Amino acid sequence: MSTASEIEACLPIRSDMDLVWVRQHVRQAAALLGFGLVDQTKLVTAASELARNTLVHGGGGQMDVAPVTAGFGRGLRLTFSDSGPGIADLDRALSDGYTSGDGLGMGLGGARRLVHEFEVESTEGAGTTVRVTSWVNRPPRVREEG
Amino acid sequence: MYPRPGAGHVPVLRLGDILLVTLQGDLYDSTAQQLQQDLSETIVSAGVTGVVIDISGVEIVDSFLGRVLAEIAAQASLLAARTVVAGMRPAVAITLVELGLTLPGLRTALDTQAAMALLEQPVVLSHAGGTRRERA
Ligand SMILES: Nc1ncnc2c1ncn2[C@@H]1O[C@H](COP(=O)(O)OP(=O)(O)O)[C@@H](O)[C@H]1O
Ligand SMILES: [Mg+2]
Repeated sequence: MSTASEIEACLPIRSDMDLVWVRQHVRQAAALLGFGLVDQTKLVTAASELARNTLVHGGGGQMDVAPVTAGFGRGLRLTFSDSGPGIADLDRALSDGYTSGDGLGMGLGGARRLVHEFEVESTEGAGTTVRVTSWVNRPPRVREEG
Repeated sequence: MYPRPGAGHVPVLRLGDILLVTLQGDLYDSTAQQLQQDLSETIVSAGVTGVVIDISGVEIVDSFLGRVLAEIAAQASLLAARTVVAGMRPAVAITLVELGLTLPGLRTALDTQAAMALLEQPVVLSHAGGTRRERA
């Protein structure tokens, strides 16, 4: 059985080097919790997208990692937070292809598709927090979007 | 080619008319961007007609790396070279589809050998026999 101490973490997101640590930590934590290879890959990819948003759009911030349990088993919760400009229009930000910079505009909406639970809290001028959770051995959630 | 402690690196090898680029490990964004810039110059100075990018050692492709791969292919194409991405892991392919990145215009092959074979075929596309059909 894995220990929570190896999974719990607070990682800074201040450079592209930090993005590498974020991916490596999420990979290890997911493996320790028993996520299969495909689910690990989905979670690491979602984390990479969200951490890059924290860095590029949010001006830097952090990722908090916590193991979670519920009636149906174990999971991993990742919280990305920054005190950047915030997201004025969340629906637009989530739509595929929208970017305010020079990205592909697939990160936020794509990350939402790759995890089981996805929440965004954002205040204009004050920052953004994105919290995602995925559960071990749980089928993908039902899509509510088109 | 671009070693930095703790992260991936990118050896580039020339094999006749083809450049074999091997992405290994977890790349810094800046490493991927530098590679994109350098490859255009190498294609011109080395006069290659094909680029094979081996990603069998890559554990995840996110929208950043996906865009870099697509842009390398687009640049190479303007410089009269064809690009084939080889060896994508199944878990990466599954994830890319869910992420929503279909990367149109990027040719793929199961491994570097198949990629080389693809590049040795004439440029004229044919729907006959062994040639793979291009997707729209
Ligand atoms: N942490 C954040 N802070 C501020 N804006 C954000 C943040 N994350 C996402 N956004 C906004 O949402 C848009 C879409 O994000 P995303 O889908 O990842 O595309 P991309 O990063 O390629 O622009 C961004 O262009 C940006 O305007
Ligand atoms: Mg993004």
